[in-house]
Amino acid sequence: MSQSNIEARRHVQVLPERVGNVAGSEFPGHYPGEDHSWNLEKFKKNLVTSVQRLTPSTVEFDLVGVDASIANALRRVMIAEVPTIAIEEIYVWNNTSIMQDEVLCHRVGLVPLKVDPRSLKYRPSSHAQPHETDTIVFDLQVRCDKIPGVDPKVEKDPKKLYYDSNVFTGMMKWQPSGDQGKKYKGKAPKPVDEDILLVKLRPGQQVDLHCFARKGVGADHAKFSPVATASYRILPQITLRGPIPLEHQEKFQKCFPPGVIELKKDEQGEQQVVVANARKDTVSREVLRHPEFQDLVQLSRIRDHFIFSVESVGQYQPEELVPEAIKILLSKITAVEEGLDKLFSADAQVA
Amino acid sequence: MSQQNRYTQQNPNPMPDRNIPKPPDTIEYICGDCGAKTAMKPSELIRCRECGHRVMYKPRTTRIVQFEAR
Repeated sequence: MSQSNIEARRHVQVLPERVGNVAGSEFPGHYPGEDHSWNLEKFKKNLVTSVQRLTPSTVEFDLVGVDASIANALRRVMIAEVPTIAIEEIYVWNNTSIMQDEVLCHRVGLVPLKVDPRSLKYRPSSHAQPHETDTIVFDLQVRCDKIPGVDPKVEKDPKKLYYDSNVFTGMMKWQPSGDQGKKYKGKAPKPVDEDILLVKLRPGQQVDLHCFARKGVGADHAKFSPVATASYRILPQITLRGPIPLEHQEKFQKCFPPGVIELKKDEQGEQQVVVANARKDTVSREVLRHPEFQDLVQLSRIRDHFIFSVESVGQYQPEELVPEAIKILLSKITAVEEGLDKLFSADAQVA
Repeated sequence: MSQQNRYTQQNPNPMPDRNIPKPPDTIEYICGDCGAKTAMKPSELIRCRECGHRVMYKPRTTRIVQFEAR
């Protein structure tokens, strides 16, 4: 078997009107004389991960050598099953703002909170009394008043006319209870962003809320999801099947996003088209629309090469999200394993 | 259970007091024009004492209200 044929199995073909060869064919019994049974050593050898870009809020990494089901499970766990802390119950003492209580409370509930979710337990049930080990309490008490000595006929800016005409998340104050003051010393719970506008007030209006935050998962409500986006795409590949004529080279380059194709001089001093960075390609298939390039280029994607991009909302560092998701995925697998063990041991007893 | 006390009251809890303190029959309403507060009785003319405006608003309840932040 030639190397190029083996390589071609990893490719998902991107054709002008359709995608081809979508499902993998390397499963046991498909190729005569080849062993494709699952093997831990082989899996370890083929598995590659590498971080491509890390910023304070995002991480982009490659995951190579796994099935799409695993990559997708990882993505879904990050979105829906990594826990965070969010405000769940709100006691409204007063709210004379124009925003209705329900709407204001919904907005306050969506505020991401900078609390380490690992430091809090889940509440045993939704009816259970709040306890210092599972609840964080915030108070939001704001009143708007006129600033004395400012003439409203001259000054029109509400920020200069009134005190606290805007209610921001930064005005939420944490109320420690029990040992929480000691537990969160130096990392006091607070909103991730202090500049989120919650509601606007005018003189005489006030907002007085008592908020209870608890631990939850994104499957229950999106406000608990720790990621803004968690997605993957499959690595694009551009294969040149022949030299591109000089007069078409610039047009060819323009069929791709900037940085994908470069024009370089070869040893003979002739200008040639080179694929510089296929990763940047959006796979728009523009190149396939032109008849002059039809047989000169082949677009594909590498089936088991996933480019993840994960953006954290702020509760976790972006680089912590993936290990947390893997931990949860493993605990789920363990649960299934235990269930199967029980099932088969029960079967054995009956027999 | 004996025959005797089947028909007698057994609930040890006291009955609620008959003299429940009634809400005050004058509530301070807020003027829709000038914002001043005016105490009014049900039979009284609806009118602001400060500016004479005839649209008055009832103030918000002083009780706490619980909401789910969902």
